[in-house]
Amino acid sequence: MGWRTLARDAIFANLLDRIAIGAALHTPTPRETSWPDAIFRHFRRVGIRQVGYVPDAGHSRLIALCQADPDIADAVLTTEEEGVGLVAGAALGGQRAALLMQSSGVGNCINMFSLLRNCGFAGVIFVTMRGEFGEFNQWQVPMGSITGDVLRLAGFLTYRIDNADDVDEIVGAGCDMAFDGNLQVAFLLSQRLIGRKQWTR
Amino acid sequence: MLDRRDFVRHLLIDRGDLLVVSGLGSATYDVAAAGDHPLNFYLWGAMGGTAMIGLGLALAQPDRRVAVLTGDGDMLMGIGSLATIGVKQPKNLAIVVLDNAHYGETGMQPSHTKSGIDLPAAALACRFKHAGAVSRIEQATEVRALLHEAEGPILVSARIKEDDVPRVLPLRDGHAIKQRFIAAVAALSAAR
Repeated sequence: MGWRTLARDAIFANLLDRIAIGAALHTPTPRETSWPDAIFRHFRRVGIRQVGYVPDAGHSRLIALCQADPDIADAVLTTEEEGVGLVAGAALGGQRAALLMQSSGVGNCINMFSLLRNCGFAGVIFVTMRGEFGEFNQWQVPMGSITGDVLRLAGFLTYRIDNADDVDEIVGAGCDMAFDGNLQVAFLLSQRLIGRKQWTR
Repeated sequence: MLDRRDFVRHLLIDRGDLLVVSGLGSATYDVAAAGDHPLNFYLWGAMGGTAMIGLGLALAQPDRRVAVLTGDGDMLMGIGSLATIGVKQPKNLAIVVLDNAHYGETGMQPSHTKSGIDLPAAALACRFKHAGAVSRIEQATEVRALLHEAEGPILVSARIKEDDVPRVLPLRDGHAIKQRFIAAVAALSAAR
């Protein structure tokens, strides 16, 4: 196992440099707590009853809000494509559901998205973007740079949100279109909106 | 070893309000062969997603029983969903894997279960309440009782013969299958 230790030490040395840089650059602002609350208010308004997610730093507040709501069943998934099945099953039982994922997770879902489109299940997906702005980890770039295109090809109406002030209006309009018209709608929450990943630990 | 059509027919006798989700390929044909029903949601694709559709449905309809009938290939592709279901512990969800240890739709190539990969053991490791394998038709009554009465989550591996049986093709229009199912569930709720 010696090689593994060596490789890990090299990665950590590099990481520590970047943590120091990242911490210096990152300044939390009030908007980071307000946009998840705006999304959550729409969950309440349209009657979302199930939320599927893979744990994600950008979605942490929204996930916590959903977990704390007794009217919402939260399902932590092993992979995002499970959430597509969850949404369909919820709809068959008369409930509305939403999915929260990172841009990398969109890639895991592509074939499963055919379930939504082929049967006309309403779908709302909230995607925290990686690999597009101030990204520390270039491994996020290949998927992050094609996420919007992939969603459009899969049949989603896709709305990109860069400013916290736009979240309420766009999410409201998009949720209404999805649930009124049995359409698939994705919201790309840009990396500028969610803030850079904090490499402080 | 079980005859798949016989076994599924026995499971769905006097099914009452049982909500059924069938996995793509032979499982969908088996469920259709047992008798078309508005509370059947037939999958023709979305491989790997059948168990999760069952979970979403079970969470949305906690007072009704949900049965997922699917093949070993579909269950293997969605094997992570056993862990997700294990976290949620739906009392009303049962999965029956019609396990012939092969991929029937693509030419009977051996699946992982052919090499001894044990789905009931995986389910138990994922905190399922009941999990086991059956291989005799006399056990169908017992499995049917599990579907209707036992505390879930439940997984049964039904060891079926490798025979290629004639296809019985139900509705294929996804919108129609969905709308019919939703309307039937709504009618059940209204009739209460």
